[in-house]
Amino acid sequence: MNIDVNSMPASVAAATREVGGARGRMVDAAFGWLVRGAAALTLLVLLGIIVSLVFGAWPSIKTFGLKFLITAEWDPAREIYGGLVMIYGTLVTSLIALVIAVPVSFGIALFLTELAPRWLKRPLGTAIELLAAIPSIVYGMWGLLVFSPILAEYVQQPLQEWFGDVPLLGALVQGPPVGIGLLSAGIILAIMIIPFIASVMRDVFEVTPALLKESAYGVGSTTWEVVWKVVLPYTKAGVIGGVMLGLGRALGETMAVTFVIGNMNQLSSASLFEPGNSITSALANEFAEAAPGLHAASLLYLGLVLFFITFVVLALSKLLLMRLQKAEGKRT
Amino acid sequence: MNAPQARSGDYRLPMHRRRKAVNVMALALSLAAMAFGVFWLLWILLETFRLGIGGLALATFTESTPPPNADTGGLANAIVGSLIMVSLATLIGTPIGILAGIYLAEYGRGGWFAQVTRFINDILLAAPSIVIGLFIYAVVVAQTGGFSGWAGVLALAVIVVPVVLRTTENMLALIPDSLREAAYALGAPKVVMIKSVTLKAARAGVVTGVLLALARIAGETAPLLFTALSNQFFTADLSKPMANLPVTIFKFAMSPFENWQKLAWAGVLLITLGVLFLNILARVLFRKKD
Repeated sequence: MNIDVNSMPASVAAATREVGGARGRMVDAAFGWLVRGAAALTLLVLLGIIVSLVFGAWPSIKTFGLKFLITAEWDPAREIYGGLVMIYGTLVTSLIALVIAVPVSFGIALFLTELAPRWLKRPLGTAIELLAAIPSIVYGMWGLLVFSPILAEYVQQPLQEWFGDVPLLGALVQGPPVGIGLLSAGIILAIMIIPFIASVMRDVFEVTPALLKESAYGVGSTTWEVVWKVVLPYTKAGVIGGVMLGLGRALGETMAVTFVIGNMNQLSSASLFEPGNSITSALANEFAEAAPGLHAASLLYLGLVLFFITFVVLALSKLLLMRLQKAEGKRT
Repeated sequence: MNAPQARSGDYRLPMHRRRKAVNVMALALSLAAMAFGVFWLLWILLETFRLGIGGLALATFTESTPPPNADTGGLANAIVGSLIMVSLATLIGTPIGILAGIYLAEYGRGGWFAQVTRFINDILLAAPSIVIGLFIYAVVVAQTGGFSGWAGVLALAVIVVPVVLRTTENMLALIPDSLREAAYALGAPKVVMIKSVTLKAARAGVVTGVLLALARIAGETAPLLFTALSNQFFTADLSKPMANLPVTIFKFAMSPFENWQKLAWAGVLLITLGVLFLNILARVLFRKKD
């Protein structure tokens, strides 16, 4: 604690003199309402977000209903709007991101908690956290101008050569290997969410009681067995919560995706090399220029869908983390 | 090794070897994962520096954004616009965040209203920033009839509040109740207790939260796309569309013009440096006071 307890009574006494007595009670009450108001403001903002999205999207909701979610057509000229391409793009890129990020984050957390020597723990942990602090526009620009040409030449072209003719797998690698599309967006998202998931995993791994780990080591377990069979089961809920947190990030990420996804409204093949579109990139590209009316309303509808998805993911992660805390409370 | 011992452990040897091998492999993979994570950080930083320094010149800070293929030009209008909007957003968002954080830590604690506020704050913290842009568009831009710097400020402020709120609450929660009781015992009203005891003790942590919020909004692009928009001219008028670094970078990076791309890299370098600086400052500040 950095407060100087010896000098405290004097300072408190001085401040108390300033607002003592009846005036003090009034100031006290007023401040109580002020902080309550500030808390209520956050409620209002959330309410405002939901209301304004539903209200703005209403023309589109009324016209297309839930069929909006399964219609792939997006044709401003004919006033037909469906969000399937964007929803698909958002889900697929986030899924790719998770497939890459979860094992890597687990490895990083394992390294930071069990393997790293003490002097390396701090700098490496900080490096990973700084990776989380880099603004997404930096990832996006780097992804478009530096990463995607390299991805095209050294990853996509060989993949196409090896698997292009294999049934099923081949379908995933069709299309122009230009480094722009669902795959590159997914990879960039993975790089972005690794630090989030890794730091949550590290934090929950660290709360595993040393007693449990030592018992496992005591009966002769290897480090891997301790982590896989003791630490991971113990922190399961926290780990899933962290993964959900990363998923939420990936779903709502705009700039990193917009730069590299290709922004094409098509769903002609299952290939991950094809350019696509996501909810966020459609909004970023079209909303400022959308004509008021059905076009803007449909974009707001997409925003509402995105908000709903991230809300569900977040609520699930909160629930899991809360359960972990409860379990912790029981054990201590 | 002598023979009897080897015989007694015989039946376990293959399994033991396998477990050892699995362990070594897993640990090697974990090491690789760590290297993988650090590799991206280094690569992104190196490229940003390499390409950004090329675009950096005195003109970057003194001249406004140029037309395509011009010989001169800088980012002055975007830098100033970003500074104005980010500082105003922090000025608006910080007090609300701190006050609401005080409510959660000092007043509400476990009550239902505090629980609900905490949950909602987590939703706002995780809400896609582009959705916040949509919200401000609907509430401000559509009502006032045009994109404006103020709309951008508000969108950023909405992002600041949950970050500051969360850190303020967490930091205040670390203050032991005995300090609060000591202040009450002296007859201090609650306001005084909060102002001169708990908030004072949690000061470093709260400042850290504000710095992190600053770092967060400094690079935010999505919420500015349809609130502040952008402006190719220098302006300090917040009622008009306002130039800002992130949107300018977005526009310039996506363009085919070489001079624009160069400026975009310079802008990205500036933002990255600023954000990393704020993060490191926040860390140093917090650790020292810890």
